[in-house]
Order: sequence, then structure tokens, then C-alpha cells
Amino acid sequence: MAGWGRTNKQSADEAKERLKLVLIHDRTDLTQEELAVMKNELLAVISQHVEIDPDGVRITMKQEGREQKLTADIPLKTTRRRKLG
Amino acid sequence: MAASVVTITSGKGGVGKTTTTANLAVALAEEGFKVVCIDGDIGLRNLDVVLGLENRIVYDLVDVVENRCRLRQAMIRDKRLEELYLIPAAQTRDKSSVSPSDMIRICDELRNEVDWILIDSPAGIERGFRNTIAPADIILVVTNPEVSAVRDADRIIGLVEAEEKGPVKLIINRVNPALIKRGDMLTPDDVVELLAIELIGIIPDDENVIISTNRGQPVAFEAKSKAGQAFKNIAKRLKGEVVPFIQLDDKGDFLSKVAGLFKQGGD
Ligand SMILES: Nc1ncnc2c1ncn2[C@@H]1O[C@H](COP(=O)(O)OP(=O)(O)O)[C@@H](O)[C@H]1O
Ligand SMILES: [Mg+2]
Repeated sequence: MAGWGRTNKQSADEAKERLKLVLIHDRTDLTQEELAVMKNELLAVISQHVEIDPDGVRITMKQEGREQKLTADIPLKTTRRRKLG
Repeated sequence: MAASVVTITSGKGGVGKTTTTANLAVALAEEGFKVVCIDGDIGLRNLDVVLGLENRIVYDLVDVVENRCRLRQAMIRDKRLEELYLIPAAQTRDKSSVSPSDMIRICDELRNEVDWILIDSPAGIERGFRNTIAPADIILVVTNPEVSAVRDADRIIGLVEAEEKGPVKLIINRVNPALIKRGDMLTPDDVVELLAIELIGIIPDDENVIISTNRGQPVAFEAKSKAGQAFKNIAKRLKGEVVPFIQLDDKGDFLSKVAGLFKQGGD
């Protein structure tokens, strides 16, 4: 993501990136902050049951046609699971 | 043939709804169809001036709704094209003087008499928008390749889908190939990807639109203008013809995928 400073990114690319985020918000009624809170809560709940590998976590909001889709890619620490089992 | 009701809408103002309505009406009438266009922008009428018919208004849409005249009497016949009619909006009334069911009733009365009914929407998502959406069989959402116009188009598409109306098709107006080439304008592909609805037309930003509007002579009358040609292509797609979309070539000019398409369409 481009920051507030000057970038070499072309303005059309910035427009597209910004629109993607704005449309997610408009369609789901979730702000970026709310989305971040939700991700953390989701991870907290899952962590109560299995140990997750925090570095590999990827939770994203994607557009599929006119639908928004929340995709979570959450790697688990399998060695630990084996030990427990 | 029973008419199809096509509503032209956008959410944001100034993106080209009225221009599109006038030009599609002309292009469809030039294809030999009987066309009525209705100005649904009550209180801010404009379709009359864009079509050059402002001096011929006697009765308007609200007069029909309030039974001061028959529907026929409010239909202004264009002198350039035999089968093109305009029902103007009232200028001194507000949107609440017409209801969605009035619009449905008026369109139903027209359906067996004409081939196409085109309705121009006001900006916004209030009463005026609901009035023009209510009778629609097809909804054309007009946008510009700019953030605010695309965002508002997305909102409108969501509302139309929530009402289970449609199909909804997208028109991207005021596309500027030079800006696209510089990387300073969203491409039609970008806009289609973001909005995820079917595209029915790409209209270039064209000074001929302004010149022709000055004269009350829609640009679709000008076979050689790029915008006029693009409107004619939408009319053909509406009637079911497969017409390739204009493409941007590497010089940043508009080119057709199929050579000679422009000439062909200009006949
Ligand atoms: N393709 C175009 N190229 C150049 N100017 C355009 C084009 N489409 C619309 N315009 C101009 O933009 C302005 C707004 O158009 P209009 O059709 O009145 O928008 P709306 O009905 O959505 O408010 C008008 O001055 C019109 O002439
Ligand atoms: Mg208008």
C-alpha cells in the first residue's frame, strides 16, 4: 500500500486500490478498523483450540463477482498438535 | 412487439445520464424503432434541451399523472425522426408529485404502442430514483472512470439488486485514452473488475458532445463522431446485436477490434 508520501505509483493504480477498499467497506458495512478487530477476535478464538503459526496468517476480504468473501489462511503448528494427540 | 423499459441511472450527478438517454433514443429511433423517452428528473428537467425540444412543451409528466391531459398529449414528437417522442418532466414540481406506481401505469399504457421506453433518472437514491427504477426491465448504470462516480455506481447497483430489478448493465462514459495511456485514468477493464457487472458501452470523452448539446442536436446524429458512434453501438447491443467494444491501441487512440466497424456502424 502506498503511504501518504509521494510515490511513483501511477494515479490510476492508486484509484483502483483505494476503490477496492472503499467498496469492501460500502458493501459489508465494515470499516478497515472493524475488519482488523474482527481478524484479531477470530484468531483469538481459534487459538483457544489449536496453536496457530502467527507469521503465516492471512485473512483477506476478496471480491468474487458482486459478492464479498472473507478468506482465512491460518497455518497450524502441527508438531505441537502431534505432541498433544 | 411490447416495449422494453430501459432506465438510465447513476447515483452521482453529472456523469452523463441525460446525454446517454437522449443519444440512445436518437440511435434507437434511427434503427427504425418507435421510441419514447421520459424525463424522470422532476424539478430539474434537461432531457428537453439536450434533445432540442424545449420550445415544444405543452404538457408534462405531472400533467399526465394528475389527469390534466391524456398521455398522447404529453408526447412531443421529434421533427427529425418520425418515431421519436419525449415526455418532459415538470419543472416547477418536486419528485413527490409522481409515485413508482404512476410510472408503472404510464409505462404499461405505452408498452403496446412503442418499441422502447427510455427513462432518464435524477441523481441520488431517493424518491426520484425509485420512481424511475420501478417500471424498468433493463437498468443502465452510467459511470465515469473516477473514484466517486464508481463508488456511487456500486451503491446504485447494490440497491437495484436488493430490489431484484435488472438486468443491470454498465456504461462507462467520458473515457480519455490519453489519460489512460499516462496511467492517470482507470481503464474500462478496471471499472468492470471493480463493479463486476456486464458492460454494454464505453463512451469516449468527446468535445462533440458539448457542441451538439449546445445545438440541441444529440451527437448520435453525427455518424463520424466517436461518442456518437459509441452510443449507436450501445443501441445495437440493446437490440441484441453483438458489437465489439472499442479498444485502446498503443498510441492511445480508440480503435475498433474489427476493422471497418466504425464505417459500418455509420451507415
Ligand atoms: N462523453 C462525453 N464527452 C464530453 N462531455 C460529456 C460526455 N458525456 C456528458 N458530457 C457532458 O457532461 C455534462 C453532464 O452530462 P449530463 O448528461 O447532463 O449528466 P447527468 O444527466 O448524469 O447529470 C454535460 O455538460 C455533458 O455535455
Ligand atoms: Mg440529468
